[in-house]
Amino acid sequence: MASVVGIFSHSSVSVPVKDKKLLEVKLGELPSWILMRDFSPSGIFGAFQRGYYRYYNKYINVKKGSISGITMVLACYVLFSYSFSYKHLKHERLRKYH
Amino acid sequence: MNENLFASFIAPTILGLPAAVLIILFPPLLIPTSKYLINNRLITTQQWLIKLTSKQMMTMHNTKGRTWSLMLVSLITFIATTNLLGLLPYSFTPTTQLSMNLAMAIPLWAGAVIMGFRSKIKNALAHFLPQGTPTPLIPMLVIIETISLLIQPMALAVRLTANITAGHLLMHLIGSATLAMSTINLPSTLIIFTILILLTILEIAVALIQAYVFTLLVSLYLHDNT
Repeated sequence: MASVVGIFSHSSVSVPVKDKKLLEVKLGELPSWILMRDFSPSGIFGAFQRGYYRYYNKYINVKKGSISGITMVLACYVLFSYSFSYKHLKHERLRKYH
Repeated sequence: MNENLFASFIAPTILGLPAAVLIILFPPLLIPTSKYLINNRLITTQQWLIKLTSKQMMTMHNTKGRTWSLMLVSLITFIATTNLLGLLPYSFTPTTQLSMNLAMAIPLWAGAVIMGFRSKIKNALAHFLPQGTPTPLIPMLVIIETISLLIQPMALAVRLTANITAGHLLMHLIGSATLAMSTINLPSTLIIFTILILLTILEIAVALIQAYVFTLLVSLYLHDNT
């Protein structure tokens, strides 16, 4: 496959042809698959960009997008912020003595 | 308990690096751009809102003032989305940090004032003395007007910080009071819970209003100086 994005992103977003998707990689090939990926800054940025457009084209950029498209993002944001504040929220569990 | 109350206002860090940068960069992900005339529902609603607010805000300016319209519309969008995102549980609101509000207020105010002094210096200096003051009062009044001009950026920043911080603190306090009372006395829990709901509605309004006020005042300073 030459590109993993739909048409609603710019044309220079694509992955090299010889990569396989993660679910098609056999378990024994996993280390070599990980090493083959592009971990340079532009590669990582490209990965984020592809991920963003995958989500965007699936849930938001549709004819009758619902509110769940953005609610899922906000729910992930809440979980992300919770993981940040877990350290000092530990002390507020339901205990007899604080 | 004291330490925990203010702990939600600490800027989050990952191993000492400021993760607050990531959180400030999050709102633009929710506002997509588009190069098409007819868009999906999200972009359509956002564009409609932005058109509404920008028309409302920029009608009172002349041509020179309207060159600031991109700045003001992005300012109100940023402050409104940041404040509204801060109402979600466990989230961090960058506008509660005085440093960030000062960083927003001082350059905008200074830009408006310096622009006024560069283009129409007589009009800009005339702001220091209201019309029709009796002559003996003039020296004192000039001092007072200078001070009120110089305090404008501080007031902008502190107003936004204080309002948002106070609202968050109140919600924390009343929320924990509801939890504590739920084991002791149930009817008062319901009363306190109603107060919490009303406060949340107020907070949503405050989030939007503060954004509006900030931007309106900046545009007012702009209007004085163009």
